[in-house]
Amino acid sequence: MAGQEQQQPQSRDSQVEDDIPEAPPAAPEGQASAATQGVDDLLDEIDGVLESNAEEFVRAFVQKGGQ
Amino acid sequence: MTAAPVRPALGESLPVGGAMRVMGAETEYGIHAPSAPGANATMMSARVVQAYAQVTRQRAAGGAETRWDYTDEEPLHDARGWTLERASAHPSQLTDQPPVLDAEAVALAYGREELELDGEDEAGSLLMNMVLGNGARLYVDHAHPEYSSAEVTNPRDALIWDAAGDLVALAAVRRLAADPELPPVNLYKNNTDNKSVSYGSHENYLMPRSVPFGDIVRGLTPFFVTRQVICGAGRVGLGQDSSTPGYQISQRADFFEAEVGLETTIRRPIINTRDEPHATADKYRRLHVIIGDANLSQSSNYLKFGTTALVLSLIEAGLAPRVEVYEPVSALQTVSHDTSLTAKIRLLDGRRVTALDLQWMYHEAAAKLAQDTGVADAVDGDGHTHDVLERWAATLTQLDSDRGAAATSVEWLAKLSLLEGYRDRDNLAWNDARLGLVDLQWADIRPEKGLYYRFLARNRMQRIVDDAEIAAAVTEPPSDTRAFFRGRCISSFGKDVVGASWDSVIFDVPGYGRLQRVPTREPLRGTKALTGGLFARHRTAGPFLAELLGHNTAPPPA
Repeated sequence: MAGQEQQQPQSRDSQVEDDIPEAPPAAPEGQASAATQGVDDLLDEIDGVLESNAEEFVRAFVQKGGQ
Repeated sequence: MTAAPVRPALGESLPVGGAMRVMGAETEYGIHAPSAPGANATMMSARVVQAYAQVTRQRAAGGAETRWDYTDEEPLHDARGWTLERASAHPSQLTDQPPVLDAEAVALAYGREELELDGEDEAGSLLMNMVLGNGARLYVDHAHPEYSSAEVTNPRDALIWDAAGDLVALAAVRRLAADPELPPVNLYKNNTDNKSVSYGSHENYLMPRSVPFGDIVRGLTPFFVTRQVICGAGRVGLGQDSSTPGYQISQRADFFEAEVGLETTIRRPIINTRDEPHATADKYRRLHVIIGDANLSQSSNYLKFGTTALVLSLIEAGLAPRVEVYEPVSALQTVSHDTSLTAKIRLLDGRRVTALDLQWMYHEAAAKLAQDTGVADAVDGDGHTHDVLERWAATLTQLDSDRGAAATSVEWLAKLSLLEGYRDRDNLAWNDARLGLVDLQWADIRPEKGLYYRFLARNRMQRIVDDAEIAAAVTEPPSDTRAFFRGRCISSFGKDVVGASWDSVIFDVPGYGRLQRVPTREPLRGTKALTGGLFARHRTAGPFLAELLGHNTAPPPA
C-alpha cells in the first residue's frame, strides 16, 4: 500500500496507533480502529456516490467572494 | 378581551456563568451548477431563495414568508422590549427599494461589498431576501445563499436551528432540481473553493455592553487560535489557493490575516469588531465571530457554540486564563496545519504549549466558574453547561489518546479518516483530484450525495439531536427568544406582514392607515411564554395587533 505519509503525524500518534490491535496491517499510522473498521465497505459505497470526473468537477467549483 | 402581557416585567435573563446565552448562526453556502458552470452566482443564489419561497407558499395557506426589513430608515426611539410605537412611515417609504434582481443589480453585486437587495416575488422577478416562519433569514449575501438562524439561548438549540437551515437549503435544491427550465444547483456547507476564495459561517453571541472590548480580545484570541481542534471541518490543501498539497484542520485558518478588525471579506481578523447589536444598543453588544468553520458534525457544531459561550462567560466574570499567544495569526495557521496536534505555540510569557494544552486551560477555568455559579450541576444546573463541559473534556481526551473515537465526533478527523482510506487503498497523493472531490462532496447538503451524511447514515458520526427535532425546526421557531414572535407573526399572519428583521416586525393591516412596526429589541422577550396566548387567541392580524398594541385599539389616523 501507499504509505507516502507526507502530512502524517509523527511520534505521538504513531505510538498511539501502533497500540491498536485491530488495525489492518497495511494501514499506516494516522488511523485508528473505529475509523478503519469497515473502511473497504465504506469506500465501496462512497465510490458509488462520488461525482464522476473528479478533476473536472473540482476545477469547475469556483466561488465568488464571501465574508 | 383582556390585554395581553405585551409589557412583561423587566428582568428576563439567562443563568450566568455557563453555556447559556443568546446566540445564532449564519451559514453562507457554496453554490455550484455543474451543468451550467458559467452561471451567475448571484442569480443562482436568488433562485435558491425564490425556490424556497415557492416551497413555503405551498406549505402555508397564510401566504409566502415575508421580506426582510433592512431599511431601518426611521430611527427608533429608546424603545425597550415591547414598548410599541406606531411607525410614521408610509408604505411607499418601505417599498421603493430596488425591488428586482436585474442585470444592473447583478453588475452592482460584483462591484459592491454588500449586496442586500430586497425583492418581490411577483411577476417573475427574483426574491433576494426573506424571513422564515422558524424565525430565520434566508437571503442572497454577496454571491452565496445565506441562512441566518433564529436567536436561541443555548448550544443545543444553536445546533438544531442551524441544521434546520441545511434542510431549508435542501428543500430549495430539490425544488430547483425538479424545475426542467433551470439548471440543478448544488449547495455545499463549506467555506472555501480551494482557489483562494473563502465564504463565512459566522456565530453571534449577545453580551453585555459593559464588558470592555479589550477583555474580549484578550480572552478570546488564544481560545480562537486553538478551538479548531474540536470544531474544524478539515480541508484538503494548504494555503489560500491550496497550492501546497496536504491536509489541515480548518477550512478558514489560511484566510485570516489580522488579529482584530472590522473587515469580513478582506484581511479577515481573528476578532471581528462589527458592532450591530440588533438589540438595545446601550445594553448589549452582538459579538460577531467570523473565524469558525461551517460544521455538519453535530458534535463539532455543538461544541463550537457551547465552548465559546463558556469562554464568554469567563471573560464577563474576569476569569479568562491569563495567556497571550505570540503572533496569533501565524499560530492559528500552525495549529491548523498540524494534524498531529503536537505543535507548540509560543506564549508571550515564554511558555510553549500545544493547542490541546490551551484548550484544557480554558476548560479548567470554565469548569471552575460553572461550579462556583452552580450552572454546571447535573441536576440543578442550567441544563446545558454540564453537558458542554463533559463533551468538551471527552473530546480533548480522545484527541490526545484515542483518535479513532474522536473521529466519530470531530469533523476534521472524520473527514481525514475517509481521505486516508482513499490514500491507502488507491495510493493517492494529497493533490489528487479525487481527494479534492471527497473534501468538497463531504459538504454536499443532499443526504444521498453528501459524504458527511453517508457517515451519519452508517453511524460513523455521532448524533446529539435526533432528525425529528431538526425537521421540526424548519417550520417552528425557538420558543424562548423573540424569534418566536417573529416566526409566529410570519406563519400566522404572513400576508399582512410586509417586512421583518431581527428587531422589528412590520404589519400592513386593513383599517390601519399606516404600517405598524413592532420593535423587538429585547431578545429574551416575545417568547412563547409571553406571547403564545396572544397567537392562540387570534386568527387574523387586525385583532391580534389591536390586542398587542394595548389600550389604544383605535387605528391611528391615516
